[in-house]
Amino acid sequence: MKISKEIKIDLFTRMVKVRTFEDETNKIFMAGKEMPGFLHLSQGEDAMAAGTCANLEINDAIYTTHRGHGCIIAKGADLKPMMAELFGRIAGCCKGRAGSMHFADVKTGCMGSNGVVGEGMRLAIGTAFAQKYNKTNNVTAVFFGEGATGTGSFHEAFNMAGTLKLPVIFVCSINLYAQMTHKSVHIAIENVADRAAGYGAPGVTFDGNDVEVVYEEVAKAVKHCRAGKGPYLVEGKTYRHYGHFIGDPCNYRPAGELEEWMKKDPVVLYEKKLLKEGVLDAKGVQAIKDECKKLVDESVEYARKSPQPDIEELYKDIFA
Amino acid sequence: MGKPITFQWAINHGIAEEMRRDPTVFIVGEDVGKPGGPFGVTRGIIDEFGAERAVDTPISEGAIIGLCIGAAAAGLRPVAEIMFMNFITLCVEEFYNQASKMRWMFGAQVKVPMVVRAMTAGGYGAGPHHSSSLEGWFASMPGMKVVMPSTPVNAKGLMKAAIRDDNPILYVEPLASYRLKAEMPEGDFVTPIGKCEIVQDGSDITIVSVGRMLQESLKAVGTLAQDGIKAELIDLLTVNPLDMDTIYASVKKTHRLVIIHEAKETMGIGAEIAALVQDTVFDWLDAPVARVAAPFTHIAFQPKLEQHYLPDAGKLVAKVKKMMG
Repeated sequence: MKISKEIKIDLFTRMVKVRTFEDETNKIFMAGKEMPGFLHLSQGEDAMAAGTCANLEINDAIYTTHRGHGCIIAKGADLKPMMAELFGRIAGCCKGRAGSMHFADVKTGCMGSNGVVGEGMRLAIGTAFAQKYNKTNNVTAVFFGEGATGTGSFHEAFNMAGTLKLPVIFVCSINLYAQMTHKSVHIAIENVADRAAGYGAPGVTFDGNDVEVVYEEVAKAVKHCRAGKGPYLVEGKTYRHYGHFIGDPCNYRPAGELEEWMKKDPVVLYEKKLLKEGVLDAKGVQAIKDECKKLVDESVEYARKSPQPDIEELYKDIFA
Repeated sequence: MGKPITFQWAINHGIAEEMRRDPTVFIVGEDVGKPGGPFGVTRGIIDEFGAERAVDTPISEGAIIGLCIGAAAAGLRPVAEIMFMNFITLCVEEFYNQASKMRWMFGAQVKVPMVVRAMTAGGYGAGPHHSSSLEGWFASMPGMKVVMPSTPVNAKGLMKAAIRDDNPILYVEPLASYRLKAEMPEGDFVTPIGKCEIVQDGSDITIVSVGRMLQESLKAVGTLAQDGIKAELIDLLTVNPLDMDTIYASVKKTHRLVIIHEAKETMGIGAEIAALVQDTVFDWLDAPVARVAAPFTHIAFQPKLEQHYLPDAGKLVAKVKKMMG
């Protein structure tokens, strides 16, 4: 598969946008004053988000996890209401009720992060069911980590997607730790992809830090799902730069592990590659970074200007 | 009025009529399609509407409800069957964390119109894993509606209303009522959600009956009448949201209240109603609010023990007589 220059730039831009947003979020959260609650950052897994979502159309759906900012940004959500949501402001995409772990941006097909590990999978089959029921040719991608494959949700949802031939792409980002416990404690086999056979679906494992590989492999999955052939599992090997939550001291990591993975930082690697290939020059790279920084800065400004919700908001929208 | 039909067939007709009216309605669950439902409630639906709209699934309660939520958020109107209500414990996560919260949590970006049927089976010796009444759990979830039909007519009317409603709804159907028969009103009708029904006017005491306890309450009202006690009988029909105004008005008239439900007394619907009544119309009460409900233990398969556990007309009559002094 030949990836066009436009797509390469698009993949890079999506990753830079994710990374810039996450870095800024980290800074604001660590300052300790403006963002309430818990935050889980996705730096390091940027290529999985960008490479997957670059294959999706606006009417395709995604479900993501408590570590979901990157996926939602890569899918195309507007940063302003996202940032306002993290600030707990009324202009947030969920009116400031949901925050980082639970938010959604339905108009761009982001059907929700989820505070319950694995739960997105059971909801994803429903959206995929509707896509098939309405004969739309759309697909649903659901993001999760290897820890979530220990849930009943993984088995139930994948099995049902298999029996009902639903257009669901199971996107597993193996980031080596489920919360604070190593992958070896969570799964008894090396590759989650091997489990796909049990549900009558293809499963592939690849380098989740190479955004072009992610893009190409997910493209095959999307094609399979759009053709009505049922679910598909993709598994990218990647790494979580910041630990489980912001402020996690990560004392469960062996010495040197982070440093090794930082050498494989997907954003840095891809920047080098595009410079080497001449797809972008240094000025072009900087222009993308500047544009992303501008968008993120504007989102922070937007969030700061928005008021907090009134107490009455607590009682609204309980019933439709 | 046509030929009388059974309670279970009334549910079937309610679903089928809504499926004819609205192409976004489908049924989903274990055995609901080809087998026609474990107790035959969905018989014939697959023949009329096809397998796309009568979806048989694996035994995966969580995924059935997850599928409903995802599909509802995408604009469909699922009607799921969870079979015996005890199995709903396998998907409380989906009800509580996802379905009931989604609209509120997402700032009204979505609606989650879905109906989940679950059956209570007290009185059949079905035992600890097949006989529980857990509706109170769901009635305590903001965002969830819970309806409990008691007759064939309101079984159909509440099903149709539930399918048309834009919220997640638990529809509780009692196995013991499946064979009840009644003539249906002509044409299209719904039983409104959130309204209870005054089944019989009375002046001496208000009986609020939940679900299949209506049949027991009707018997009790007859017995009490022979002793000159005129009971006002209210069929609750919807557990959440509660129609407290109707109950308050009745209590102001009768000055006494007893609530009867099949679920346990402890932390139950009766406790909630009693608390609200004492909070709002305390001055009108001539006696403490009473409950006739299951004791704080487990339901047994053993017939003698099960009979002792379940509330019935006799227990209600005894309670009322005690209250009337």
